[in-house]
Amino acid sequence: VTPGTPAPRERDALPSPPVALVDLLDRVLAAGAVVTGDITISIADVDLVRVSLRALLASVGALATPPDGTGPDAGR
Amino acid sequence: VSATADPLTGVWLYAICRDGTATQAPAGVDADPVRAVRHAGLAAVVSDVPLAEYGPEPLRRHLEDLRWLERTSRAHHGVVATLFRASTPVIPAPLATIYLGDDGVVALLDERAAEFAEVLDRVGGHVEWGVKGFAAPPAAPPAEAATGRTGTAYLLRRRAQLNADADRRQAAQRDAAEVHAALSGHSAAARRHRAQHRALSGADTTMVLNAAYLVDRAAQDAFRDLVERLADRHPGIRLELTGPWPPYSFVSAAPQPTERRP
Repeated sequence: VTPGTPAPRERDALPSPPVALVDLLDRVLAAGAVVTGDITISIADVDLVRVSLRALLASVGALATPPDGTGPDAGR
Repeated sequence: VSATADPLTGVWLYAICRDGTATQAPAGVDADPVRAVRHAGLAAVVSDVPLAEYGPEPLRRHLEDLRWLERTSRAHHGVVATLFRASTPVIPAPLATIYLGDDGVVALLDERAAEFAEVLDRVGGHVEWGVKGFAAPPAAPPAEAATGRTGTAYLLRRRAQLNADADRRQAAQRDAAEVHAALSGHSAAARRHRAQHRALSGADTTMVLNAAYLVDRAAQDAFRDLVERLADRHPGIRLELTGPWPPYSFVSAAPQPTERRP
């Protein structure tokens, strides 16, 4: 088991490590309650997002993990 | 709070909780503060958003903007995660679920109150853990591989390498299935997400497992120990644990079809 797992002794101490964007998108884009708002992102849109993200990331370089300590870091 | 009638303002839905639970949360996706729409024993946590920015057209444009997507996803998750910590249980809404006014939110709660109550009961006392598995990296090539410059030697070497790759991938898939079965047996529910593309995962090798498990809060240590033991037992796969998450992957009423993609 590697990076995502804190050492056993640390693991009762609170905050979990910052959330990687790609893991977050798995959840906020492709999971969650099945509710249809008046405006909703469709499955087709989600696939489009995936494709454009892929292209973007491939050109920008790996952005899979959030920058250290910067950004809103709302996921803790 | 009166129903929003402003045709220029939409209502962004973060999550649904039981009424009576704390619904304070940090700033949402836009300037307006997070508030609760209460109905039928439930509280929908929302904030107002300008439709000039969050209408269908601007939204589609924004989705292609990685910075917007990251900022908005983190803000959405920030609210969900705060509610989750303060007042489990919670039903997270997908990103960009927007209503034209509070009336739409009330109608949602009204129509599906029984179902939401059932889901809240089911996920209450549980958290979501993510487990990702990657094929183990290839062993260093034998020293002799560097020699042999003839065409035949190259082809033989190349074929051996391709065979080894295929074997390793197969072993990793097998390990992934075993790990998933074992973890499913120790969780209240399990779901496999689509494997992340390598450009997105940032990993050196293929992702063979991208799963979520609904775990009793009291059983989390045992679950994590099990992940470590499984990692030791399956050298063909490298495991990564993420969480604890709000139960994003387990709040749809109908069981999700298992998504599998190599």
